[in-house]
Amino acid sequence: MTLDLAQFHDAFFDESYEALDTMEAALLKLDLGAPDPELINTIFRVAHSIKGGSATFGFSEVASFTHTCEAVLDELRANRMEVTRHILDLLLKSVDVMRDMLRAVQHKEPIDAQRVADLQFDLELTIAQNNAAAAAPTSPQDSTAQVTASVEAEHSPSPETEASHSQGGEGSKRAHRWRILFRPRPQLMAHGNDPLRMIRELAELGPIEVKLDASDLPELTVLEPERCYFAWEIVVETDAEREAIDQIFDWAEGDCELTITDDYAPAQPQAPGASAEAQAPQPEPPAGSSNVVNIATAATAKASEPAKPSQDHHEGGKHGLGDGSSIRVSTEKIDELMNTVGELVITQSMLSQLGAKVSGPIGEQLRSGLAQLERNMRELQESVMRVRMLPISFVFSRFPRMVRDLSQRLSKQVELKVTGEQTELDKTVLEKIGDPLVHLVRNCVDHGIESPEARTAAGKPPTGVVSLEAYHKGGNITIEVADDGAGLNREKILAKARERGLVGPNDTLSDEQIDDLIFHAGFSTADQATDISGRGVGMDVVRRNIKELGGHIEVRSQPGKGSRFIITLPLTLAIVDGQSVAVGTETYIVPLVTIIESLQLKPGMVNRVAGQGEVFWFREQYVPIVRLHELFGIRPRATALHEGLIMVVEGDGKRVGLFVDDLLGQQQVVIKSLETNYRRVEGVSGATILGDGSVALILDVPGLIRVAAQSAAA
Amino acid sequence: MTTVNVSNQDAAAAAGSKQVLTFTLGDETYGVDILRVQEIRGWSPVTRIPQAPAHVLGVLNLRGSIVPIVDLRMRFNLEHAEYTPLTVIIVLSIESAVGRRDIGLVVDGVSDVIDVPQADVKPAPELGQHVSTEFIEGLAAVAGRMVMLLDIDRLIGEDVTGVATVPAAANG
Repeated sequence: MTLDLAQFHDAFFDESYEALDTMEAALLKLDLGAPDPELINTIFRVAHSIKGGSATFGFSEVASFTHTCEAVLDELRANRMEVTRHILDLLLKSVDVMRDMLRAVQHKEPIDAQRVADLQFDLELTIAQNNAAAAAPTSPQDSTAQVTASVEAEHSPSPETEASHSQGGEGSKRAHRWRILFRPRPQLMAHGNDPLRMIRELAELGPIEVKLDASDLPELTVLEPERCYFAWEIVVETDAEREAIDQIFDWAEGDCELTITDDYAPAQPQAPGASAEAQAPQPEPPAGSSNVVNIATAATAKASEPAKPSQDHHEGGKHGLGDGSSIRVSTEKIDELMNTVGELVITQSMLSQLGAKVSGPIGEQLRSGLAQLERNMRELQESVMRVRMLPISFVFSRFPRMVRDLSQRLSKQVELKVTGEQTELDKTVLEKIGDPLVHLVRNCVDHGIESPEARTAAGKPPTGVVSLEAYHKGGNITIEVADDGAGLNREKILAKARERGLVGPNDTLSDEQIDDLIFHAGFSTADQATDISGRGVGMDVVRRNIKELGGHIEVRSQPGKGSRFIITLPLTLAIVDGQSVAVGTETYIVPLVTIIESLQLKPGMVNRVAGQGEVFWFREQYVPIVRLHELFGIRPRATALHEGLIMVVEGDGKRVGLFVDDLLGQQQVVIKSLETNYRRVEGVSGATILGDGSVALILDVPGLIRVAAQSAAA
Repeated sequence: MTTVNVSNQDAAAAAGSKQVLTFTLGDETYGVDILRVQEIRGWSPVTRIPQAPAHVLGVLNLRGSIVPIVDLRMRFNLEHAEYTPLTVIIVLSIESAVGRRDIGLVVDGVSDVIDVPQADVKPAPELGQHVSTEFIEGLAAVAGRMVMLLDIDRLIGEDVTGVATVPAAANG
């Protein structure tokens, strides 16, 4: 078959990575003593679909390894094996190995075969040990022998004769005898499915009997090698439930007619209707044969299997065609959409300005139309913005695993509590908040939480709690990372700060000020730099990263009770609420969050410091005045302070009064980067396009204050 | 506003010859590779950027992207000309050390699109220290006029990105 499957590879990898994340999360939720069967099923399904996919695409190493995992999971699922810490560790490692294997295959790099083989050996060993311990009530070798035999026979089905064989149909009676009528549509193989693979998998469930229906096979001259002309009747005797059978055909859903009945079904006498349906697979009018999907006919499934709720396997969510609730879209496309909407907003506000000038009855109509347009535009913009929003669970999901590994390595007992993981924020913010959060959580586990002994000695429960919490507050998102550990050691911090000369020997600081010192560069109080945290990159980097996102971080700590880091971030980096100000002929946008107050100064309110810098008294402190026109080198309309306006802005905890000509209006603006075609400019965070099509710069207030301080010093 | 879409030019200009957009600054004629030209538009007032070199006039909105505008006269220290609605901005894409950038070049006027056979391009002669020629790719004589072919990456790259352009393979 020469069909190029490569076109499906990307989708397979994407789905597999996601599936592995699901598997990891489910593994971490498993309780050691009493595992939730639904979770084990979820994990099993993931392993199964990865196995199926990789076998289809010919990634045999992945398939083989996943198969071993699946075997372990099958034991767990059948309650033949207990969920122990050791097995969880192995399975979590398997997730890592599978991820790495897939990555290696995806990038056409060599697979670390030794690592895979070692782990695979461990997994097999576990099964073997378990089997030995269980003193095998039914002999497992027996069934494996049958499997290999039947699979080998299946390798060379001859098209003319009915390839039929039944191996060891006798022996212990199984719970079910599934009769499967499998009639693939001709395009089955083109969609990446291989009937042979499915039959092989069925053969693994128990003794199997396969009848081939080759009656549709055309003349050789008209035969298309990529189409499937066969149909099969498969009888498999097994203990496996209906669900296991369904799973095997999961991928073929929609590409085949499939009827599954159980010959042993106790329901037969009570429900003749159901079995009749099963026997005659097409109860609908003749058209049915062309496009009715017959897989998992709910009626038959329920009738023949009253014990198990058959919806079970749909709840996993991800697979199958029924789940059309989400689609995968590249971020590029969304960004394009955002840009176009941004353009529309500009055009719309341009029209509004024009509309205001039209007089008479037509002008009236025009304006009401434009008002309608404006409302629609705002809704459109918000909808598009929401497309970029993702739940923060995308970042939070990595922490359960991390905390588990860390606490094991540090011999600490740590419980992670996560709340508000459905809180949504912009994808760009989301991508950049990951690293700072990792750092904070590491810090909490490493430095915050004490050893179980120390905790018991302090009268606390031996298991420490690290909590992660996200919620919306105003137009921002707040993320809190907290631990119930020892809290910050203020004496040590202060001593270190004095040693580094950050604080004068006689300065007295408030507790908050001391706590804030940990955000200074190169400040780590861990006695010993561990390989977990304290690599020299410290909280200063965390604070800087968060600042770059337009947010801020603060810490609150109570000795003996723990520390709490509170991060506040904007929901999106794409728009900002701004105040437009005029200086000369230029218009600038000042982010609304930085503005404290705008006021007009009267002559006499301004004092001079050393004959140079101008300051004025504002809310119990002297605030320096920054003349924006001087800083940016433009000619203003107002040079005397009382002719223009002072806008008090705050950044990095410092306040300055920006002197501008006039305030224009408040509006939400779309942020465009200056760096796309130019470079970074100090004091400017970006640009936006105004209603008249002209460009206005958006001020970066903290940067501006820095520039002003430098130019004053110069 | 005149917008000429020239990026779709027949790139198959016979090997050994390339198409060049020529424009004038005062009495001189310059040329840039036509494949770099995005569009040609009329002058409109720009938004100034702080801390920019004098010849970087500011930025303009070009269908949603923010594009810096460079005055070529000022870049060459020529006498300043008034900006009128007839002043022309050539929007070019340049390759800088940090990736592709779109910029606008203010020139006196656009002349023509000409074919320049590679054989007709002569290296710029050394004119001594006071005339820098490193951004002149070569000189070509076309219909009796001398056209200076500009290496716009070198000419503009550093101005707009703040990062020095990687020098091309060292020769002449």
